Amino acid sequence: MAINPNDSLIEDSQVELLAKVDPAELIEQPLVGNQRSFGWVTDKICRIVETPTPTWWWVCMAVALITAAFTGMGLLWLVSTGVGVWGLANPINWGWAIVNFVFWIGIGHAGTLISAVLCLLKQGWRTSINRAAEAMTIFAVVCAGIFPLFHVGRVWFAWWLFPLPNANAIWPQFRSPLEWDVFAVSTYGTVSVLFWYMGMIPDLGVLRDRALQRLKSDAYSGSNLLAKAMDIFRKYFYGLLAMGWRNAGNHWRNYEMAYLILAGLSTPLVLSVHTIVSFDFAAAQLPGWHTTIFPPYFVAGAIFSGFGMVLTLMLPLRAIYGLHDFITQRHIDNMCKICLGTGSIVGYAYIMEFFIAWYGANPYESFAFINRGFGQYSWAYYMMFGCNVFTPQLFWFSAVRRNAALVWVMSIFINVGMWFERFVITVTSLANDFLPSSWGYYSPTIVDIFTFFGTFGLFSILFLLFLRFLPLLPIAEVKFVMPAADPHGHQDSKGGKR
Amino acid sequence: MADSYGIIASFADTPSFYHAAEKVRDAGYKKWDTYSSFPVHGMPEAQGQARSKVPIFTFLGGITGFTVGTLLVWYMNYFDYPLIVGGKPFFSPVFPFPVMYELTILLAAFGTLGGMFLTNLLPQHYNSLFNSETFLEVSGERLVIAIESRDPKFDSDLTRQFLEQIGGTDIEEVTK
Repeated sequence: MAINPNDSLIEDSQVELLAKVDPAELIEQPLVGNQRSFGWVTDKICRIVETPTPTWWWVCMAVALITAAFTGMGLLWLVSTGVGVWGLANPINWGWAIVNFVFWIGIGHAGTLISAVLCLLKQGWRTSINRAAEAMTIFAVVCAGIFPLFHVGRVWFAWWLFPLPNANAIWPQFRSPLEWDVFAVSTYGTVSVLFWYMGMIPDLGVLRDRALQRLKSDAYSGSNLLAKAMDIFRKYFYGLLAMGWRNAGNHWRNYEMAYLILAGLSTPLVLSVHTIVSFDFAAAQLPGWHTTIFPPYFVAGAIFSGFGMVLTLMLPLRAIYGLHDFITQRHIDNMCKICLGTGSIVGYAYIMEFFIAWYGANPYESFAFINRGFGQYSWAYYMMFGCNVFTPQLFWFSAVRRNAALVWVMSIFINVGMWFERFVITVTSLANDFLPSSWGYYSPTIVDIFTFFGTFGLFSILFLLFLRFLPLLPIAEVKFVMPAADPHGHQDSKGGKR
Repeated sequence: MADSYGIIASFADTPSFYHAAEKVRDAGYKKWDTYSSFPVHGMPEAQGQARSKVPIFTFLGGITGFTVGTLLVWYMNYFDYPLIVGGKPFFSPVFPFPVMYELTILLAAFGTLGGMFLTNLLPQHYNSLFNSETFLEVSGERLVIAIESRDPKFDSDLTRQFLEQIGGTDIEEVTK
């Protein structure tokens, strides 16, 4: 908005100056493109779940099911034989399992960051991506949970991780960071589900009401009994989930308060989860792990990888469902900039680790880092450094950010790079420990590879089901940031209220 | 009318909806509410509503979580089955902090969601408003104010006139 010379806040001397410099008008991109109406927004989002299942969905589902079967095979193989079928061997007793666990948990972080941290920071642009990103969080936590669960070996005893009385009359050992992790990850998963569900209640009510409307007007032709049956299913399915929500001002008052509080609770939660995951390493006394930089560095890396995954998922969805008015260039720009910011923090951490290894003058620490950069796993280190440090730097250029295909390819690089980061951290420190006589070289077995590969299928199955049955974008929140939602009629409202 | 739930009126846009709510509040009605598919900024004030009570439930949940977390670790690792691990103390407020912290957040989150349901009197199986097809359109674009017949000031004709006066259209009586 241009500065108005008649504005009472501007002094006389400034008016002359303003006339001379003729300030340019700064146009802010609207959060919902093409000045859409509320009705259009509702229709567009609801039709994603109301129209018949598209063919591509079935194709993707079939591929996802076949892929997920690999995890099934890997786990069946593991449980029926023993953890020995993984590539773990002394001194490398933590391999792909922990790498994959940290990788998936990290991906989850963007969802909570978008829904909670950006909510507290009043970033209106978060609204159109937060639902899908929260779903991504929950499904990523599900995939992550598989690895520690099966790494315990006798998976039927995994419930001993929880403070439940058992026949041996012993309890979990709370002095271990691994036990803290049980609490952090299970709390994270649960609170994410609560937040996701609560955010969806008004939209589930919308889907319920639309089914009710169609049933009441009975707009089904004789041959369209399937459509009617589906609407009866929707009436009960969404009706049950919406819990009788009726869009009342009184509802919204309590709902808004609860939403804000959940955002306030999730913000320290998301920061604590990857901090505690990093304690799994940092509380050990191994060179390369025993560093205080780990918690902030892990959290930044998690957000980085999470936004990478959000871009990987949202760019194709935007194209398939034609969501260009919701996920505008402004949204993509912002996500790229967050990748750039967190990617730079990660790059800084890589370099600072090297500096401290030298500055700390501890020969074991120095060796651990020289070994990372130039030892037997240097190929993995360069992969990590290239993908995580150099790739996001391209986001400085708006020409790169405007090229959706290129952004998508780069988001894949980020995903790959962040997986390698966890591999480098875990394996290099273990493979070359204090005693050269015990050094080894870690390679995964086919069972490791099957189990990890399949989790992408599992993730896809869950995400595809989410696309078909739940509202992909938060309808109420998108409406809230539209200019027409302003009670004082400010048509130039830029949103960004919540 | 004994079987009347109340009267609903629709409004053209958010500003007129917002100002109409202020007028209903000033007219002294008590059993009424606004209905919109998105939260309207400042609507609680326009409706004359007090601050939400949800934070009380959050606080209760958080306190419970913190206490449970502390007692859990103390009971299990100090009282019931003390076990020496790496020469570390059986209990201290420091090492179980992640557990206390996570349980605080977990139960506070449950308290918040539960508090939202309790304060909104949800889940609710039936509400007369859904009998009106006009009301169902709130999910799309419609903005509605409903004044209930159990309000002491409610009078079928006068309330209808009042809603017309403040700019309401599509005025309709909803049956129970």
